[in-house]
Amino acid sequence: MTVAEPQFQIEESPQNTVTASDTQLDITLDQLKKLVSPRALTGDTMLLNMGPQHPSTHGVLRLLLELDGETVISCVPDIGFLHTGIEKTHEGKNYTKGIVLTDRIDYLAPLICNLAYVGAVEKLVGVDVPIRAQYIRVILAELTRMNSHLVWLGTHALDIGAMSMFLYTFREREMLLDIFELVSGARMMTSYFRVGGLWRDVPDHFVDAVRNILKVFPQRLLDYEKLLRENPLWKERTVGVGVIGREDAIAYGMTGPSLRGSGVNYDVRKAMPYSSYDHFDFSVPLGSTGDVYDRYRCRMDEFYQSLKIIEQALDRLPNGPIVTDNRKVAPPPKHEIAYSMESLIHHFKLWTEGFHAPEGEVYHAVESGKGEFGVFISSDGGPKPRRVHFRAPSLCNLQALPHMSKGALIADIVGIVGSVDIVLGEVDR
Amino acid sequence: MGLEQKLGNMGVVTTSLEQAVGWARSNAIWPMLFGLACCAIEMMSTQASNYDMSRFGMELMRASPRQSDLMIVAGRVSRKMAPVLRNLYDQMPDPKWVIAMGDCASCGGVFNNYAVVQGVDEIVPVDVYVAGCPPRPEALIDGILKLQDKIKKEPLTKWQ
Amino acid sequence: MDQSVTTNLGSTVLAALGDAVNDVRIFRDEVTLITTKERVLEVLQHLRDVQHFEMLTDETCVDYYPREPRFGILYQLYSLSRNIRVRVKVMLGEYERTIPTACGVYTAANWLEREIYDLFGITFDGHPDLRRIMMPPGWEGHPLLKENPVKVEEVAFSFNRNRIDAEKPYARE
Repeated sequence: MTVAEPQFQIEESPQNTVTASDTQLDITLDQLKKLVSPRALTGDTMLLNMGPQHPSTHGVLRLLLELDGETVISCVPDIGFLHTGIEKTHEGKNYTKGIVLTDRIDYLAPLICNLAYVGAVEKLVGVDVPIRAQYIRVILAELTRMNSHLVWLGTHALDIGAMSMFLYTFREREMLLDIFELVSGARMMTSYFRVGGLWRDVPDHFVDAVRNILKVFPQRLLDYEKLLRENPLWKERTVGVGVIGREDAIAYGMTGPSLRGSGVNYDVRKAMPYSSYDHFDFSVPLGSTGDVYDRYRCRMDEFYQSLKIIEQALDRLPNGPIVTDNRKVAPPPKHEIAYSMESLIHHFKLWTEGFHAPEGEVYHAVESGKGEFGVFISSDGGPKPRRVHFRAPSLCNLQALPHMSKGALIADIVGIVGSVDIVLGEVDR
Repeated sequence: MGLEQKLGNMGVVTTSLEQAVGWARSNAIWPMLFGLACCAIEMMSTQASNYDMSRFGMELMRASPRQSDLMIVAGRVSRKMAPVLRNLYDQMPDPKWVIAMGDCASCGGVFNNYAVVQGVDEIVPVDVYVAGCPPRPEALIDGILKLQDKIKKEPLTKWQ
Repeated sequence: MDQSVTTNLGSTVLAALGDAVNDVRIFRDEVTLITTKERVLEVLQHLRDVQHFEMLTDETCVDYYPREPRFGILYQLYSLSRNIRVRVKVMLGEYERTIPTACGVYTAANWLEREIYDLFGITFDGHPDLRRIMMPPGWEGHPLLKENPVKVEEVAFSFNRNRIDAEKPYARE
């Protein structure tokens, strides 16, 4: 491809602006000059718009690619097409109502977002969670991680050209969604965790349903490995592509499997255990070179670790309460309201106003499927937070995309975007 | 009695042009491959193994608006995305239909704030609203069947 | 995190940096170093190079309206080798909505600072590419400031439903 003609005209209009296409990238020429190489302005290289409506951008990511033939000279991501204002909406909701919004941040791993948010509120308010609730949280969080990785595997392979992976992974994903539906009533937007515990106890056949997953999944994972692991086409497209080194990955603030693919051993579950993750024995898969294939391997190996954690948690699942007995935070059981005046008052206060959190600021991080998902809450002492901010792993991972895609071929861009496993709901929030 | 026997007896089937065109249009809808947020994942599930949307004659999702006639707005539409969405809609050839999938696309859903368009019907005319956050795949399929009914009944005067 | 680690961290940083750090606050075992915008880069540089906080996990802004100084810029740092977190906080007044950029110290600050600029209107001196990131380029105002309302559309009930519907701008073909 030796097309030297630019995809869209760059000309200096009286306002000194460039209309990059008929949609939106209205940036001044000076700003554009800083982002692309000088050759783009002479027409020597081609500027190509990719997205926001593109099947391989995992939603509404937009990339401005500068191409010399088929080689990518520079890549300018343009995000914000799914900006939802979740952080602002949190300011108008009390702490319990805020849980609902967190589902919609990373919609592939809603329970992990719930876990991060309730963890932050629990830290702020200072409540302890019963051990049974913690174990159930761990089981569901690991199932959610597998759910997230399954969607990643299906779409990533679909982008690169392995069409059938998508059909297999979505078949298995339905099994996980059935579990979520069993416990919460919703397939995706579960909102199952509450501050101080869980919404309700899991049904009786929950353990059997999860054990069924443990029985079926190893075989299914083996199928995936047969399809991709040593597949020469797959390796041709992934090995040595989109390399990012250890130091660069840390500097860009990458976390999760994208960072571990570069060989940095950082997993929040190990580093700062939350929700009794330190009770379980598991290892953290690491890559070495930091290319697309290593990131793929890290995520695939995490499937086995997730299964291992779930198995241990099921074996040791204790009986007991599923929500804290701190009545200032968790509502009293229904039967108590009938005879206890104090319980009735607590119930009324919790459902009308919500509980008051002490004034202060906390940051709580969990390991999501994408990386370190953190929640920062600033409280002014009232029932509603002053500010809630989400540290989105996808945002920081995506920030490294220009670095990873420099010098790559244009066909590899979709592979690299897929390998950092972004979810745009989380990038834009 | 099946159609073949009728044909054997009479040789021809008479129908109105409206009905024939409506029947043909409704069973060959080409949706646009275009996901926005959470609902897009359920839309993918609808096409994937368990639910298999191709049973209803619409397995072919097109990534280009110029080849498609159904836009499934799957997810919340931000103010930044709104002009892009309208642009895509304008590029689709007539006749075209829009399904607002999910609460956010229908009315803004839980996001009553500065960033989200309060219902995609402010930008494009919507034919079918599918409720749910996100709607189950069955709900989306039901919405599509509702749309097929609507297309079948579309009068001649509405043709573009 | 161990209680002693957090208190030690505060005192060692205070000893090394002296008057660059105004205050050390500990809430729920989280250390927050309060500094000024003139000294913030010095503090971050020290934390990265001497205290081994290699990673900028998060950078965000809080609008403390009606308190004065009104804005707080927060840097959440993490040390891979020591496995501890620290937060650096800079307070900015109503009329000084500008701060030096941390892009030179941490590469990760780039998009995070663009987000703060977009949503809060804080400008970062020396930032390589300070543009809006979340909102459309032509957007006016900064949505996360407290003077902007949380809700934009009136909630519909049976008594006002018809009026809201009549005012709603429906699209045409």
